[in-house]
Amino acid sequence: MGRDRETQKPQQQVSYTVEQMVAVNPYNPDILPELENYVNEQVSSQTYSLDANLCLLRHYQFEPERMSTQLVARILVKALMAMPAPDFSLCLFLIPERVQMEEQFKTLIVLSHYLETGRFRQFWDEAAKSRHIVEAVPVNCACEWLIRGPNAGFEQAIQAYAIHVLSLTYQKVPRPVLAEAINIEGLSLDKFLEHQEANCGWILEKSHGKGQLIVLPHNEFNHPELKKNTADSIPLEHITRIFPILG
Amino acid sequence: MYETSFQSLSERLFKETPWPSVDAVAHYVDNDHVFCLLYREMWFRHLYARSSPTLKQRIDSWDNYCSLFQVVLHGVVTMQLPNQWLWDMVDEFVYQFQSFCQYRAKMKSKTAEEIALLRQCDQTWNVYGVLNFLQALVEKSTIIQILEQEKEGLEQFTATDGYDFNGGSNVLKVLGYFSMVGLLRVHCLLGDYHTGLKCLLPIDISQQGVYISVIGSHITTIYHYGFANLMLRRYVDAIREFNKILLYIYKTKQYHQKSPQYEQILKKNEQMYALLAICLSLCPQVKLVEETVNSQLREKYGEKMIRMQRYDDEAFAIYDELFSYACPKFITPSAPSFEEPLVNYNQLCICHLISVSSPLSSSLYMDAYRLQLKLFLYEVKQQQLLSGVRTFLKVYSTISLGKLASYMEVDEPTLRTILMTYKHKTHSVDSEGKISSNADVDFYINDDMIHVVESKPVKQYGDYFLRQIVKLEGVINDMDRVKLD
Repeated sequence: MGRDRETQKPQQQVSYTVEQMVAVNPYNPDILPELENYVNEQVSSQTYSLDANLCLLRHYQFEPERMSTQLVARILVKALMAMPAPDFSLCLFLIPERVQMEEQFKTLIVLSHYLETGRFRQFWDEAAKSRHIVEAVPVNCACEWLIRGPNAGFEQAIQAYAIHVLSLTYQKVPRPVLAEAINIEGLSLDKFLEHQEANCGWILEKSHGKGQLIVLPHNEFNHPELKKNTADSIPLEHITRIFPILG
Repeated sequence: MYETSFQSLSERLFKETPWPSVDAVAHYVDNDHVFCLLYREMWFRHLYARSSPTLKQRIDSWDNYCSLFQVVLHGVVTMQLPNQWLWDMVDEFVYQFQSFCQYRAKMKSKTAEEIALLRQCDQTWNVYGVLNFLQALVEKSTIIQILEQEKEGLEQFTATDGYDFNGGSNVLKVLGYFSMVGLLRVHCLLGDYHTGLKCLLPIDISQQGVYISVIGSHITTIYHYGFANLMLRRYVDAIREFNKILLYIYKTKQYHQKSPQYEQILKKNEQMYALLAICLSLCPQVKLVEETVNSQLREKYGEKMIRMQRYDDEAFAIYDELFSYACPKFITPSAPSFEEPLVNYNQLCICHLISVSSPLSSSLYMDAYRLQLKLFLYEVKQQQLLSGVRTFLKVYSTISLGKLASYMEVDEPTLRTILMTYKHKTHSVDSEGKISSNADVDFYINDDMIHVVESKPVKQYGDYFLRQIVKLEGVINDMDRVKLD
C-alpha cells in the first residue's frame, strides 16, 4: 500500500544530472533538449520523474512552436502509469486545448477517465484497441509479470493501480472482479495468485459455493478501524512543551 | 509613512493624474540611483492603479523592475524597508506580468504600431524573465537556508519579522521570501499547481511566519495554496487552510477598513468562500470548519450547496459559476501569433463527455481560463454519482451490493465501479506519494456485503490536557510569587 512513486526510478545515478538541472535551473530554455531526451530515457529505462516532465511541458507552454506532440504523448502515458497520483491531470493542465484535440490525446483522456472512475473492463478494451499509443512504453504479456516484477511496463503499472484501488475497497474480493480489474484470466491468473500469495500476503478462500474469494492484506483503508490508533497519538513536539514542568 | 502617507497624498493631490515624473524629483535627492528606482516603481504602481497604462509605459515599468532587482541582487541596497512595501513590490511585479499577458492576448484591438512594438520587444515581461527574477531573488537571498537554520535555532528571521536589527538590510532577504509566494502565484496562473506548491514548500504554513505579517501576502499565499490543493484533489488540506484564514479575516476585518487593500481583501474573502463551498460539496468534511465560518458560508452559499449535491445540469452550472468567479486570472505565457487568425476552440470539446457553458471568446487569455475550467468540471463529472452513494451509506451499517444497486437503479458491476471511484476520489496522494483518506463516510466490502464505518470525530484530548497542564503550572508559579512578596 502507499505505492511509492519513487519505486519507478531505481536508477538514481542516470537521472541525477537532469533532475539536478531541473532543481537548480528550472527556468532556463536551454535545457529543453536534455529534458526531451530524458523523457525517452524514462521510457526505456522504466524510470519516472514528474518534476522533469512538468518542466518540459512548461517549456512547451512558453514556446509552443518547439513542442513535440510525440513526447507529450509519452509523458501522458507515463503519467497514467503513475496512478493513483493525479499526475495525468497535472500534465493536462499545461497542454493547450488545441493539442488535446488530436486523436491520440483524446484516446489517452478517455483511458484516464476509465481509470479514474474504476471502469477497468472498458479500460482494457480501449487499451487493446489503441495499442499503438500506449506502445510508447513496452507492453509485456501478463506471464512476464512473474519474471520482471512490478512496474515493468504499462500493463503492469495499471495492474498495480487496479490492485491499489481494490485493496482500498475490499477486504475480500471475488475472483471474477479481480480478474476483470487486472485483465488476467484462467491459468495465468492462477499463477499470478500463487505469486501474490507467496510474496504479498494474499490468501485464497472458498466462498460458499460461488467460487474463489481473495483476502487482500489489511490496511487502514479497508479496515478503517485500524486508523483510529494513529489519530489518538500525540506528537513528541507537543509533549516537549511540558518537559520543564515534568522535570 | 509608507503605509498611510503615500496613500493619502495620492488621494489628495494625484487622484486623476500620475505622480511627478522621476526627472522632476531626482535633483532633490542628488540623483540617488536607488531612490529613483524605488520612486519609479511606486510611480508605475500608482499609474497602474489609476488608469490603464500604455504599451510604452508597460515596457518602461518592466525595465525599471529589471534595474531595481539587479541592484537588489548585487547587494547594493543597504537600507531597511517595511515588509508591506517589499510585499507590494513582488505583488505588483506579478500583477503587471499578468496584466501584460492579458493585454498582449487581446490582439483584435491593437494598432499596427503597437503590434510592431510588441514584436520588437519580445523580452519584455517575458515569462522566463519573470520566473528567473523571482527565482534569483529566492536563491541570492539564501532564504531557504535561512529558514532551515532557523528551525535549528541558528538564525532569527520569523522572530524579528524579517527585519535586521544589527544594521544590515532586510531588503534582499524579505524580497526573496516573498518571491516564493510570487512563484506560487505565477505557477498557479500558468496551471502548474504541483510546481507552485513546491515553490512554497520552504514556508511552513502551519506555523506563524513572515507571510502573515502583511495581510496581502497572507491572503495571496493561502488563496493560491488552497486553490492548488483543490485542483490536486487534496480537499482536506484546502478546507483546513481556507477555514483558518476566513476565520482570521472575519476577526480582523475591521482593522483593515482604511487600508488601500480593503476592497481586495473583501473580494478574496468572497472568492475563498466560493472555493470552500466547492471543496465541501466534493468532500463534505464540515466538521473541519469553524462555526463562524460555517454560518457565513451557509448564509452565502447554503442554498447553492444543496443544489450542488444533486449533480444535474443545474448543479454543473453552479460549479461552473463558482469556479469562474473564484479562480485566479489564468494566463497564456506565450506570445500570440501575430499573423494567424485566431481559431475558436470552444465548440470543439476535449471530450464528448463534457460540455461547457461559458461565453464564447476568442482571446488567448480566455483559452487558458477555459482549459482549467473544463478540466475542473471534468473532475466534477467523474465524481457526480458519489454524493448519491454517500447518502445511502450514511443510513446503513451493512448493506448488500445487490440491494444498494437496486436502490441506486444501477446494475451490480456498475455499482462496484462507483464504489471504487468513491474510494479512489476520497483518497488523496501527497507529493511524496503518501495516501490519506478524506472520506467522511468510509466503508469496506467483504465479498458482496458493504460494511459502513462512519468516522466519528476523534476528540483530541491530548492537546487539551497539555494546555491545561501548562496553564496550571503558570497559575502555581504566579501564586508562589505572591507568597514571596
